[in-house]
Amino acid sequence: MAELRLEGLAKEHPGGVVALRELDLQVRDGELVVLVGPSGCGKTTALRLVAGLEAPSRGRVRIDGRDVTDLPPRERDVAMVFQSYALYPHKSVRENLGFGLRMRGTPRPEIARRVEEVARTLGLAALLERRPAQLSGGQRQRVALGRAIVREPKAFLLDEPLSNLDARLRAEMRAELARLHRRLGATMLYVTHDQEEALTLGDRVVVLRDGAVQQAGPPLELYERPANVFVAGFLGAPAMNLLPGASGLALDLPSTRPPEPVIGVRPGDVALVAPGTGHADARVEVVEVLGHATLVHLRLAGSGAALRALVTGAGSLAPAIGETAGVRLATERLHFFDPRDGRRLELSGPTGG
Amino acid sequence: MRLALAAVLAALALGLPLWIAAVGSVSSEAALFEGVTLWPREPTLAHYRALFAERAFWEPLRHSLVVAASTTVLCLLLGSACAWSFARLRFRGKAFWLGALLAVGMFPQISLVAPLYLGLRALGWIDSYPALVLPYLTFAMPLAVWLLAGFFRELPVELEEAAWIDGAGRLRAFREVVLPLAAPALVATAIVTFLFCWNEFLFALSFTLERQTVPVAVALFRGQYRVPWGEILAASLVATLPVMALVLAVQRRMVRGLTAGAVKG
Repeated sequence: MAELRLEGLAKEHPGGVVALRELDLQVRDGELVVLVGPSGCGKTTALRLVAGLEAPSRGRVRIDGRDVTDLPPRERDVAMVFQSYALYPHKSVRENLGFGLRMRGTPRPEIARRVEEVARTLGLAALLERRPAQLSGGQRQRVALGRAIVREPKAFLLDEPLSNLDARLRAEMRAELARLHRRLGATMLYVTHDQEEALTLGDRVVVLRDGAVQQAGPPLELYERPANVFVAGFLGAPAMNLLPGASGLALDLPSTRPPEPVIGVRPGDVALVAPGTGHADARVEVVEVLGHATLVHLRLAGSGAALRALVTGAGSLAPAIGETAGVRLATERLHFFDPRDGRRLELSGPTGG
Repeated sequence: MRLALAAVLAALALGLPLWIAAVGSVSSEAALFEGVTLWPREPTLAHYRALFAERAFWEPLRHSLVVAASTTVLCLLLGSACAWSFARLRFRGKAFWLGALLAVGMFPQISLVAPLYLGLRALGWIDSYPALVLPYLTFAMPLAVWLLAGFFRELPVELEEAAWIDGAGRLRAFREVVLPLAAPALVATAIVTFLFCWNEFLFALSFTLERQTVPVAVALFRGQYRVPWGEILAASLVATLPVMALVLAVQRRMVRGLTAGAVKG
């Protein structure tokens, strides 16, 4: 395994479309870093630049200190798992798994041994003679993973590897991936648009938007202290409430430099109380029962701003649609953002006033 | 039921002329002039004997086979490489070159006979295999490239990218991944090219003297006073055999290839 270093990596397509601007990123030996963002944010481009499938406009890619920017994909010794799996349809599972080893001139008995071993780990041993068409989605996914693992590459590049699976299988494979990562001690760069995958899998998470890094750090740090409005709204489900100014909330806010900051509060930090006893009253518009909790969509009485509250617990108060309820925010868990550029304002604690 | 009826009708429409030719080829010369029959009255192999013993029909058969086979092989080799470039690479003026390629195939053959003849004579190639293979290639390649490029474009590019990352060079990935998946398109192209070469008459007539191909040889059967119908029928039957053999040989491959290509990447 190895360390991966991206230095000022940028990609502009002919015609002036900027796919990625100046990405600096270090993936340490054995670390799993997730690039996450909405579609078109440049995360897949970044992965393809590391793989060598595209050439960067500027910047360098280093693997274990070696500059590989100008090397073709096959000389970089990285493995990639594609969103579509890209299994060779005309080859059996065995041939698919062994292809990379064969291309590198590994002796036959060695290929057979390693293929069998990986197949056993991934539960593919009984499927070795099948073609990809004869496999289920989850099995294909495993073969795609196996094809990467069997080569013991310096680094793994994973491009939305779970997005073609149904929800249950995705959760299963996510756990399996995490286990695999720990067991192999593999250096992984993982691309996804799914914030939940990013938070659960990543040792570190990099949030991208329009080709620019919004924030990078351990998942919990991003969740607890989002650097701007975008990260705040992107990470965490259900998404954080972002209220323009006080929105008629009777909050005792510290005075901030921009006087009316955007207030961010996670739905879980909004409690429903009896009307008149909270920070504001609100009308219930939609009630979504999630099972373990209930998501209540509210509209604040004064400002008309939308607010969502996540009510948990078995006997939780679930008001009916159209009713009025009081809302109380967990004031110590509020986030403040500059309304002009969306950046986080640090004013929690005594220094805030 | 209706499908079966259609199949029977199609078999009749295609098979009947072939059958009549077969019957004619084993009928005596005298019987041939009495009219068409569905069963030979006095079966005889005289025409076949005459074909191979007197006319040395092996010769044109061999020439046709050599020319058609080498054109087909060259066409697939060059055509698939060329088609891949059109399908995958980005280069200046791609649309223009693709159009130009098609335009090459649009020239009426007759307009090229004279200039080609002069060129081939200058090279001293008249009555040689290249004198036919090269002109045939220029006519077969555009169609081959169009067919194959269209097919390559449909192949998911990730399959090739996966092969590159797995350690294959471009050529290796092309051989290991692209070509096997393109088998149905390659087979279709091969059949079209082979048939074109097998049937071509004008160039073969103009550029050969001794090394006549089958269509030319058969056309020249007719003498000053007599048209040897029996031998012509026998020759035309013999000429269909290699084509039938080719189609039967690749048919299985074509169907298998089709299902393999249909698999989602």
